[in-house]
Amino acid sequence: MVNVAHLIPLFPFLAFLINIAFGGKLKNACGPVSVAASAISFVLALFVYQGFRSGGGSYSLGTWLSLGDTPLNFGVMVDGLSIMMLLVVTFIGTLIQIYSIGYMQGDPRFSRYFAYISLFMASMLGLVIADNFVMLYIFWEGVGLCSYLLISFWFEKPAAARAGLKAFVTTRIGDTGLFLGILLLFFTTKTLSFHDLQQISEGHGTVLAIVAVLVFIGAAGKSAQFPLHVWLPDAMEGPTPVSALIHAATMVAAGVYLVARTYPLFLVDPFALQTVAVIGGISALLAASIATVNNDIKRVLAYSTVSQLGLMMLGLGVGGYAAGTFHLMTHAFFKALLFLCAGSVIHAVHTQDIWKMGGLFSKMRVTATTFLIGTLAIAGVPPLAGFWSKDEILSAAYQNGHTVLFGVAVLTSFLTAFYMSRLIFVVLFGKPRSNLHPHESPATMTVPLMILAVFAALVGFVGSPLAHHAFQGFVGGGESSAASQANGGMMILSTVISLAGIGLAYLIYILNVNVLPAGMLSRLNGLHQLLLNKYYIDEIYDAFLVQPFLGLCRISYKIDLGVVDDLVNGVARFVAALSEFLRPMQTGLVQNYLLVQIVGLIILILTLGKLCFRY
Amino acid sequence: MIPLSYIVALSAFLFCVGVFGVLTRRNAIGILMSVELILNAANINLVAFNRYSNGTDALGQVFSLFVIAIAAAGSVVGLVLIIAIYRNGKSIFVDKYDLMKW
Amino acid sequence: MFPVLSSLIFLPLLGALAILFLPREREDLSRPCALITTGTVLAVSAALIFGFDRTAPGMQFAERSLWIPQLNVWYFLGVDGISIGLVFLTALLGFLACLASNEIRDRLKEYYVLYLLLMAGMLGTFLALDLVLFYVFWEVVLIPMYFLIGIWGGPRKEYAAIKFFLYTLAGSVVMLVGILIAYFTTKPHTFNMLELAAAASNGAFDPQLQMWLFLAFYLAFAIKIPVFPFHTWLPDAHVEAPTPISVLLAGVLLKMGGYGIFRICLPIFPQGSASFATAFAVLGVINIVYGAGVAMAQSDFKKMIAYSSVSHMGFVMLGFASMNSIGFNGALLEMFNHGIITGAMFLLVGVLYKRAHTREMDKFGGLSAQTPLYAFFLTICSLASLGLPGLSGFVGEFLSLMGAYQGFPVITALSLFGLIVTAGYFLFMIQRVLLGPLNPDCRYYKDVSPLETLTLAPLVIIFVVVGFWPALVLDLQKPTLGMLLSLLGVTS
Repeated sequence: MVNVAHLIPLFPFLAFLINIAFGGKLKNACGPVSVAASAISFVLALFVYQGFRSGGGSYSLGTWLSLGDTPLNFGVMVDGLSIMMLLVVTFIGTLIQIYSIGYMQGDPRFSRYFAYISLFMASMLGLVIADNFVMLYIFWEGVGLCSYLLISFWFEKPAAARAGLKAFVTTRIGDTGLFLGILLLFFTTKTLSFHDLQQISEGHGTVLAIVAVLVFIGAAGKSAQFPLHVWLPDAMEGPTPVSALIHAATMVAAGVYLVARTYPLFLVDPFALQTVAVIGGISALLAASIATVNNDIKRVLAYSTVSQLGLMMLGLGVGGYAAGTFHLMTHAFFKALLFLCAGSVIHAVHTQDIWKMGGLFSKMRVTATTFLIGTLAIAGVPPLAGFWSKDEILSAAYQNGHTVLFGVAVLTSFLTAFYMSRLIFVVLFGKPRSNLHPHESPATMTVPLMILAVFAALVGFVGSPLAHHAFQGFVGGGESSAASQANGGMMILSTVISLAGIGLAYLIYILNVNVLPAGMLSRLNGLHQLLLNKYYIDEIYDAFLVQPFLGLCRISYKIDLGVVDDLVNGVARFVAALSEFLRPMQTGLVQNYLLVQIVGLIILILTLGKLCFRY
Repeated sequence: MIPLSYIVALSAFLFCVGVFGVLTRRNAIGILMSVELILNAANINLVAFNRYSNGTDALGQVFSLFVIAIAAAGSVVGLVLIIAIYRNGKSIFVDKYDLMKW
Repeated sequence: MFPVLSSLIFLPLLGALAILFLPREREDLSRPCALITTGTVLAVSAALIFGFDRTAPGMQFAERSLWIPQLNVWYFLGVDGISIGLVFLTALLGFLACLASNEIRDRLKEYYVLYLLLMAGMLGTFLALDLVLFYVFWEVVLIPMYFLIGIWGGPRKEYAAIKFFLYTLAGSVVMLVGILIAYFTTKPHTFNMLELAAAASNGAFDPQLQMWLFLAFYLAFAIKIPVFPFHTWLPDAHVEAPTPISVLLAGVLLKMGGYGIFRICLPIFPQGSASFATAFAVLGVINIVYGAGVAMAQSDFKKMIAYSSVSHMGFVMLGFASMNSIGFNGALLEMFNHGIITGAMFLLVGVLYKRAHTREMDKFGGLSAQTPLYAFFLTICSLASLGLPGLSGFVGEFLSLMGAYQGFPVITALSLFGLIVTAGYFLFMIQRVLLGPLNPDCRYYKDVSPLETLTLAPLVIIFVVVGFWPALVLDLQKPTLGMLLSLLGVTS
């Protein structure tokens, strides 16, 4: 049953066509159409999983384009990694679309929303099953487009319009890296198929490491890694389910997926892996530190996403292939859950400022409970999902001897526990801080929350020592099972970190204890400002990249008019000036002309005579 | 018999007078008359060369008759133009007209 | 055999003649007349594609008869993989732009006569295989274009028209010299392009001469493409021309330059071309990046699209520079795509201009809500233009870059920067025109009319279909390009 894999993206695509063409007539039926399509895809993904277990594999549907002698196939990649992604994307996607039916109820562009979401699902699933770089790149840009369309979905808000532009252009910067990587790879190895990566990774040397780094630039753009992370927080202008689906669970994880997919390239040279790990580590720490002070419920989660993606990259970079992908999967569940909870809260209180919320626990029990579960999961409290996967990454970093990165990961885990606890303490507990009238969301929204909460709690077990690392075996990790043996000490450490983070947040935000002496606090004010302004990275980009570039464009235009075009007009002016100079010769008097004629005639006769008769 | 060179010299003299007239006369009718002189210079040449190249077919004479006829037609057109110009500008002095100036 | 190719050229001429004989008071009939003519041309060219043998590399449907025996000039037409796509493109855009000509209100008769004359000239340029015939058609295109811009254009129409005319003429004069030199160098003297190519491969032109001849032709083509720094006529002409004429200008006229390089420079002066490959690549990247940068700085919608054309034609140059199968396929496909996509873009600008009588992008805003169908068309065309995979623009750019990378990795890498900027200015345009709160001035804009949809939809369908299935176009051109490459001494 593996051979139905290519149908998986097809159903959402059909839903997209139906919704875009008949959206006006279908009205509220648009939602169920999209949900049904992804549900079918999920069932098909299960079939594929079954088929894979019974020995199926990748296949090809024919040639799309030929590059010289190299054909590019419509290939379908079926392996552990892609099946994991298929299952996660279709499952979470279906739940989020069900949730969206409630969340987007009454929006004037309801049908458009579901059309875009279905298009996204189709592109994302296409991306996952692509078996070569070009196919992947095509769908890669496709998800980018959907991301753009959905971020600026509420286009009347100028902020949303700007955020869409920023997201597209920033990721495109990364994409050109990927593109260049593809070109370099093709001309070095004459193949672009993922199947050949293992084989070609031997014998081409450091060129492939450059390819790997270029590919990673693409991945960094998509996965919002430093220094290309700036678009993701702004992307929160989109509807919250979109943030959950695209900007938390699936699309942004595509970068991590890409690195995992092309892992053999990264193994060629330690430098490539090192780059991944370091960039991942920087992103993880940077974003986590910003998240500790941000006051927007969605932006905290967005920075958290950047941080967690950084952690995945770090995991991959230190050699923990399975650890990174495992965290990718668990993160998809709990981060989707967290965003949907945040959406439910926003739906109820119509604000995103956490300091206007408070005491919501009693008003929104389902949302609050699931929110709590999600938070504990991401914070890494055992035995929830985040604990197992984070533990794997920490072990991988430690065991492969990356002491500094290990420290970064530990610190990030601590900060994660801290800011997530801060978030829920402020939002759910304490007293209401403003006059809000929260209410529990409808069942279409709460049921997906509950289902996701169950998974966020339990999905970690598939990769835990309790299940003998079944997940790691399935995705086919590079590391031996010995390396990922249960490590008691590490587990205790990570539990302690999580609890410390939560405890600190509890002290500060529930008990209102001044943990630091007063003098210290004022000195930290500068740091606080720095974090609040996101290290001024946006401002730096604007001042040193965007504005100079726009200035350069304006100057080029001036040059175009003033120099290039003026040269052309200069030629015309020269001719005009010349004729101005010659003009007085035309006196208009017949006799002058005649005189010239006759003089000319005489000269002509004399020269001719000289030539002919040589007198 | 008068040597050919005499006749050619006369024709050349006539031609030069004609050219001089065309170039210097202000009056358009004078110019027209000078043009006639030039044509007549050519006619003399035609007739003389025919006579001296022991031709028996009188081709030169025929040709000069053509020239005279056409010159007459030309003068008519020229005079008509002069009248038209005079009606427009109340003058037939060519240096009054520089309409062809750029 | 029925002379299909001649009928393509003479149908518009016949139509023009018919319109000429319309009585002045029935001037309104000229539009239906022109529509029927261009529609027939489109049908014939579609039939041509169906009858076209996709496996044969050589000339098909060839027609040959002696025209000026003393000079060995032939009336020689033919179509192969290089020209077939462009012929169809011309016929299609000719028909659609004719449909979009309903904005023309005065001097209808003259307009449509000149329009059809232009059609005949463009089709002739792509079909002629004799250099004299080619040159005649090349110039025939100029004259109606001059009047079409100069009479029905915008406020600075005279300036733009004269500039366009003189600039292009300057190029073609040099080309004429080149034609004559090529003619007198070969023994026996010939204007036949195929014979010239054959003679060239037998060493009729020594490398030095090839270089000069190449430059002579190249100048004419470079001005038409247009290649930096010969591009400045283009923004003026585009901005001043009426919408349908802009469509043809961008969609077809720019392709004549690229076509000339494929048809004349590469096969007849292979060594000359090869020695300028690096220059091609450098000019290509300048076109791409500089064009995109200047487009970014525009506030006038139409000017932005004009500069985006400069940028896109850079990919064609890059494809030429590659001197390999991938790059050539990319360049030719990119020409076709650019015609379709930018044609649609100019139609869209025209739609907006008709309603607003301004092209300043800041005067709009929030049109997504007011005119959703327009927003859809503009968005999808912009996406195609910025090279989104799945739409045809991507395939052409991808292949061009892929081809050029082999010889010029650094230059190709630099041109990727243009891709980012392109995304930037197109999305910035969308942001200013379509997104944000609705500008009160735009409250009464009507969405695209059925007629406008009819002009836009075929183009959108084509670039979506070709984007999904590029082999549709690539298969047409591949055998011929293979042969061309073997002339150049490249084994694909």
